[in-house]
Amino acid sequence: MSVSTRRVRAIFRKELREYRRNGSIVSTMAIIPLIFILYPMIDVFALPTSASIPLEHRDFLLYLLGIPAIVPAVVAAYSVVGERQQGTLEPLLTTPIRREEFLLGKALAALVPSLVMSYAVYVFFLACVELFARPGIASTLLRGPELFAQLLFTPLLAGWSIWVGIAISARSSDFRVAQQLGMLASLPSVAVTSLIALNVIHATLGLALGLAAALLVLDGLGWRVVSAMFDRERLMTGTR
Amino acid sequence: MSSERLAVPDGKRGAPALSVRSLSKRFGDRVAFQDVSFEIGYGEVFGFLGPNGAGKTTTVRTLGTLIAPTSGSATVAGIPLTPEKGVEIRRRISIMPESPGLYLRLSVIENLECFADLYEVPDANDRIDRALHAVNLADRALDACGTLSKGLRQRAALARALLSDPEILFLDEPTSGLDPLATRDVHELIAALGQRGVTIFLTTHRLEEAERLCDRVAILNTALRTIGRPDELREQLFAKTLTVRTLVPLPEPGRVFAGLPAVDGWRQDGPATYVLAVSESAAAAPAVTRALVAAGADVLSISESHHSLEDVYLELIDEDEEADQR
Repeated sequence: MSVSTRRVRAIFRKELREYRRNGSIVSTMAIIPLIFILYPMIDVFALPTSASIPLEHRDFLLYLLGIPAIVPAVVAAYSVVGERQQGTLEPLLTTPIRREEFLLGKALAALVPSLVMSYAVYVFFLACVELFARPGIASTLLRGPELFAQLLFTPLLAGWSIWVGIAISARSSDFRVAQQLGMLASLPSVAVTSLIALNVIHATLGLALGLAAALLVLDGLGWRVVSAMFDRERLMTGTR
Repeated sequence: MSSERLAVPDGKRGAPALSVRSLSKRFGDRVAFQDVSFEIGYGEVFGFLGPNGAGKTTTVRTLGTLIAPTSGSATVAGIPLTPEKGVEIRRRISIMPESPGLYLRLSVIENLECFADLYEVPDANDRIDRALHAVNLADRALDACGTLSKGLRQRAALARALLSDPEILFLDEPTSGLDPLATRDVHELIAALGQRGVTIFLTTHRLEEAERLCDRVAILNTALRTIGRPDELREQLFAKTLTVRTLVPLPEPGRVFAGLPAVDGWRQDGPATYVLAVSESAAAAPAVTRALVAAGADVLSISESHHSLEDVYLELIDEDEEADQR
């Protein structure tokens, strides 16, 4: 099967145009990162310099991985059921687009803004810490391995959340239910990153590589599995 | 999309644009449509009529590869209707669903750009421009679709359907919910497309629409009830009649009407009104006029009875309802 980049791009571009003009999607994308950045910010700026020693055992930045885990899941959960509810799915599916192309376009359109948002929040957080936190705190928090983990796990987690979100969307008949389920489905990822951040699960290089490899495989499988689940007839008629 | 009359696609001269053989679709125990067979030639405007729930939209979705048939076979634009051929079929056809399904936050041109890319049309800007002009919407191209009236949205959806220069254009209830003025606009557009040789499959339950626009019509009520040109269907279903009105009742109508050429029988339909069953109106009318004058009758009118497509439709659907009640 060959994938038409032009058709994938058509969906991607259309989605981005819709996001820009849809206040609820923009606010969803903005509010969740705010929630995730609030606690680390308060915590870091309230700490005295003497707190830098216990901080060495906490992977503070990993809290922020909740952003790529939740934001794309919520956006992706709208992707298919939203089209269905506004009556735009049928005209789309009558075009020569393959389901794999349709889903890839949808996934990229959820991935790119989520990555931009996540990395922007990291940069903002790091800049605030570097500029305004007490010197001892800043040097304890800004560690190479953690920064690398952020860079690596942000797209991998987002990818997984997106495929789960689209799978839910393709099976739902109401977008509010789909978004709630999408949010719930992303909680296990948030739980794992939180447990690592709190050092309940001890972060090691082996664990990081193992998780990354597992997410990479799941992301690849996600596209195939969700494509197989995507049933034009069921989406059109609500049967099967 | 060109301004001149479209030709039959290369290599398809003589082949039907659509050929359907015993096609059926069931959803569990519910029959959507069954045992439907027909053929449509290239350049034909074909009306698919039926009451709500008759299976019209499901037939269109099946032929458009959105739904798999339960049994039967079809070729669409010369391609067998199979799951593997879905992309190939959808490349050659265009479907305008009952609801326009436009992205209301995007402008008309942004909607068309998206679909031009989905159909991978060459010279997309040129095609979009021509499609907008074809539906007289060029001046609203930059407006958000959400700001357009229902009629203008329908035009935008039609422009979208024309982008790919389809071999077959499926229009599903294109005037549903439109006011008379917008309906007239859409009718004019469809008529213009028909004149340009676009093969059109038009589903509707507006009978005057089908009568005005279609070369042939089929009436579906889960099963196909009849198919043919509107005038053929009228002749098949209703005997030709002449209605004669006189000033006063004829003293001996039997003597006046008996033995006249092309008159097969007569009945009285009111004090001074007579309905004559005729085999050929053009032959019967002068003979009847002469006979009435010879009998000294004061003739008010002699008129040919006209049965509309609506009469045909109602007759067939009533038959179905009566059969269901039995």
